[in-house]
Parts: sequence; C-alpha cells; structure tokens
Amino acid sequence: MSEVKTIETVNMKRRQVLAGATGVVGAIGATFAAVPFVGSWQPSEKAKAAGAPVDADISAMQPGQMMTLSWRGKPVWVVRRTPDMLERLSALDEFLRDPLSNDSLQPDYCKNPMRAINAEYLVVVGICTHLGCAPLYRPAVNSPDMAANWRGGFFCPCHGSSFDLAGRVFRSVPAPTNLEIPPHRFLSETRIRIGEDTQEGGQA
Amino acid sequence: MSEQSTNSSAPAGGLLKWLDDRYPLISTWNEHVAQYYAPKNFNFWYFFGSLALLVLVNQFVTGIWLTMSYKPSAAEAFNSIEYIMRDVEWGWLIRYMHTTGASAFFIVVYLHMTRALLYGSYKQPRELVWLIGMLIFVVLMAEAFMGYMLPWGQMSYWGAQVIISLFSAIPLVGPDLALWIRGDYIISDATLNRFFALHVIALPLVLVILVFMHIVALHKVGSNNPDGIEIKKYKDVQGLPLDGIAFHPYYTVKDSFGAVFFMILFALVVFYLPEGGGYFIEAPNFEPADPLKTPDHIAPVWYFTPFYAILRAVPDKFFGVVAMGASIAVLFAMPWLDRCKVKSIRYRGYSYKLLLTMFLISFVVLGVLGALPSTPTYTKLAQIFTILYFAFFIILPFTSVNERTKPVPERTT
Repeated sequence: MSEVKTIETVNMKRRQVLAGATGVVGAIGATFAAVPFVGSWQPSEKAKAAGAPVDADISAMQPGQMMTLSWRGKPVWVVRRTPDMLERLSALDEFLRDPLSNDSLQPDYCKNPMRAINAEYLVVVGICTHLGCAPLYRPAVNSPDMAANWRGGFFCPCHGSSFDLAGRVFRSVPAPTNLEIPPHRFLSETRIRIGEDTQEGGQA
Repeated sequence: MSEQSTNSSAPAGGLLKWLDDRYPLISTWNEHVAQYYAPKNFNFWYFFGSLALLVLVNQFVTGIWLTMSYKPSAAEAFNSIEYIMRDVEWGWLIRYMHTTGASAFFIVVYLHMTRALLYGSYKQPRELVWLIGMLIFVVLMAEAFMGYMLPWGQMSYWGAQVIISLFSAIPLVGPDLALWIRGDYIISDATLNRFFALHVIALPLVLVILVFMHIVALHKVGSNNPDGIEIKKYKDVQGLPLDGIAFHPYYTVKDSFGAVFFMILFALVVFYLPEGGGYFIEAPNFEPADPLKTPDHIAPVWYFTPFYAILRAVPDKFFGVVAMGASIAVLFAMPWLDRCKVKSIRYRGYSYKLLLTMFLISFVVLGVLGALPSTPTYTKLAQIFTILYFAFFIILPFTSVNERTKPVPERTT
C-alpha cells in the first residue's frame, strides 16, 4: 500500500522543477519542429534559378523614348535621354532626397549623377521604392496631367512619389530611396544585357 | 420556467435522452440559447452580431463551392474565375454571393463595432469580448485581402504588391520578411498558391475559433444594452434578471426578422449591382494581372480605404506604415483609453458625443479619400482627418475621466 498523497507529502518544489524542465525541452522541440514549416515559405530553388539575363536591341530607340523589358518578372526600363534632359538633371540636386545615390541601390559603375554607364541610356528597375507600384513615365517639364512645377521624370500614381529622369527620388514624397539600377552591360553599341555586370564573369 | 431551469438532465426519453446522457446537449442549448437572458431593450444596432454570423455562413458555403472550380495558379486563376462566371452552372451566382458577402461582412462588422462605441460595450467587464472581437476584425482583414488576390486580376496583383511591400518598411528584417511572405522575388504563382491555402483553410479556421470564443466570452459576462446597465443587478425570485428575456424565442425571432430584411438587401446587390458600382469588385480586376504595368489609379477595396488613406497621408515609408498599423492597433486599447464609468452614450457627456462624432466622420472621410487618386489637396485633407482620427484616442483618456454625465437609470428604459 502506497501512502496517500496529500498537499503536505507531495514535493511541490520537485514537481515544479520537473514541469518546468519538461516545458523548456518541449518548447525547444517545438521550435525545431517549426523550422521546416517556416523555411518552407522561402523562395523555392526554382524561383531562385529563374534569374536569367535579358538582352534587348536598342538601335531603334528614338531620343526621349522609353522601352519596358521584363527581367526576373520585374519591369526594367530603358530610357534614351536627350541632351536637354541630361542638362536639366544636373540642376535638380536641391530638390532631391539622395542626389548622390548614397542610400540607394545601384551597381558601383552607375553610382554617378546620371546613374548610368552611358549617360544617354538610363536602365532602371520600374518598381517604386515605396510600396512597389510601377511609376508612370512623364518626361516633359510641366506635363499636362501632372501637378504644377513638374520637372520631368517618373510619377507613381499609387502614393504620389516622384523621381527625376535618373530615377532619383524627390523630397517630401513617401518613397525613401532612388529607383534601383539593375546590373547591366552593353554588348555592343545597340545591344544591352540586363542582369549581368559590366565586369567580366560577374553576374547578379 | 421553473420546470426546466438549472436542470440539465433530459426530461424526455428515447433518442434525446440517449444523446444527452453522452453529450451536454440540453444544458448547452439552455445555457446559450433557451435560458440565455439578454436585456429586453435591444434596438436596431443589435442585429449586426447575428448578421455577421449569417454572412460568415454564406462565405463558408459559397467559398467551398468556389474552390470546386477555381484553380490556384498564376497561369489559370484568372481564366478559372471567368469559367466559373460563364460556364459553371450557377457559378455566377455563387461567386457574386461570395464577393458581395465580403463587402457585406465589413458593412455589418463596422456597424457592429460602431454599436460597441455608442453603448460602451467594450467596457468592464466586457474587455475580452472587445479584444477577441478586434482579433476577429484583424483576421477578417487578412482573409479579405488574401481572397481579393485570388482572381489574379490587375487589382489583385498590385494590391498584393503594395500590401506585402508594407512589411518591407520594417527596419532590418523588412525586406527579408517581404521576400519570405511572397516566396519569390516578385508576387508570383508561389504567393498566389500559399494565399489560397491561407484563405480557404488557415484563416477560416482561426476565424471560427475566435467567433466561438467571442460568443463564449459574451455569454459569460452577459450582453450590454442601449442603456449600458447591468441587468443582473435586479433579479426575480427565481434568480432571473427582471430586465432580461430569453434569447430563444425572443431574440431568435427578432434576429430572424433582421436576417430576412438583410437578405432582401443582399439579394438586390447580388442581382442588380454585383460589382457594387466598382467598389465591391474594382474595374481593373477584370484585366489579367500584368507585372509590368500598374493600373493608373490603384485603390484597395472600400473597406480598407480609411487605413489606406492614413498610409498615404504620411510622406514617409516607415512612418506611413506605422501610422496605418497604429490606426488599427489603438482600437484594441479602447477599454482602457475610455475611463468614464458610464457606458451608454445616452447618459454620457458632450465631450464623448463630440469626440465620437468627430471620429466617425474622420473614418468615413478617410474612407472616401482612400478611394480617390492622390492629389496635393486630397493628401492635405487626409492629413487633417488622420490627425482627427488619432485625436479621438489621445483626447479621450483626459476628457473621459471627469466627464459630466447624466444619471444612469437603475432599470432599462
């Protein structure tokens, strides 16, 4: 006959320690068990592999024209800027949040005021750095459907962010940084490759 | 009343007795329906709780039927919706009942929440009822957002793009978190497929559990009423509240009347205005998703526009997201921000009446602004009304503590 358990005879201290230890071990186990479920939401190998570079022929582009390419499912714009546009860009610094692109994403070879390898061609990811909409191309100064004092550039209709023709963000708009410049290189005078760095062998 | 009160064993024999010996059938029925005493003075505002339940059932039934023909893949989703609309027998009706049901859900829930603000239903001892209700509201928003993505139209795509990008505003972990939610570098098939799983299984399950808890918590403390008094204070010789009536048959009949009236309105929308004038289903969503082109004017569905307007009002990515999150989160704190002992607006002072009016107007105006394109004037307006929205919660703790209230009656009026 075992003795009757009462509140006096039960070693509560030991019970608490055992229950606590069980709880801790259980929690550690649950954390490990959660790893595959949380990890399962990461991009799949297939998604990671789908990043092939894209080539485009730019020989037919007119000055001021914009072309949209699809790279990794994202819109990438190529804009052939006129000398007039380039001239206007250099006078905008005081209106810009990050005129020197210090806080923005671009390959080192595009970290210059025009944000380009060849100033004539801007290559930029067409996704607003605010919440990911595709901005509109409104190159003309005082474009009729834009607000007064429009300086020419890109306008995001979703939340009103605006960027100049080098993809640099203006002040007092929600977008925090300049538009992203993708890695790209010129294969020839008239062919451009998006998704591959200018340096040999480098790939984004 | 006395022959059945408190006695949970079945008086009847046969099948009912057999069941009741093995399952608390009759006692549960009595506790939550036949002998659940609710205040006798419920008015129009008290329809919306049971209506929310009705809409939930509608969403479940129509939703299950939709999954029978819908294909959750980026390549097939848009066409499968058109297939449901054109080729599946009665598919158009079932789908329109589901889309209209989503908007009806929010109309009903917003009115249900307004009722709580009017009569102080969030106050002691009903804080948990309010908190669980707020959780239901948040899960419902997630459910609606994921559901809106499934047709894979332009608004589905770009709406999801914007909402998921909100997470990227979180410092340090933001961009990785957004990537993890999408499961790809852009919104893609992977995103659609997982949102489908969440929309049809995970979140509905959570919703049902929360709704169950909401009702259990309510029945523990008892319903509030338009006078904001506790009916448990005055009881008859049998211990039943003098100002209470049994939920069944009194309120089952009243709620059935409300349900029929609601269903008439619902049917009118389903049959004659299924797109809700472009607010229940937005025009760009009749175009398949195009990852390269954002529609010129993107706005969320109407029930998200007040929060969206707050997001747009702040000209900073991080603080915009914080303001939007705060506009929802602050509602959770209502039971503690409002320090007035008097519950119902009928007996509260002018300060609360004024503040609540300001809050409700701000909410509606923000809702209108959130649906309009952003222009400098509208942004200015949105900023003003965002301040007024938050002013409600900031001023309330100070004014409510010394509010000049009217005497509260002892019994219902």
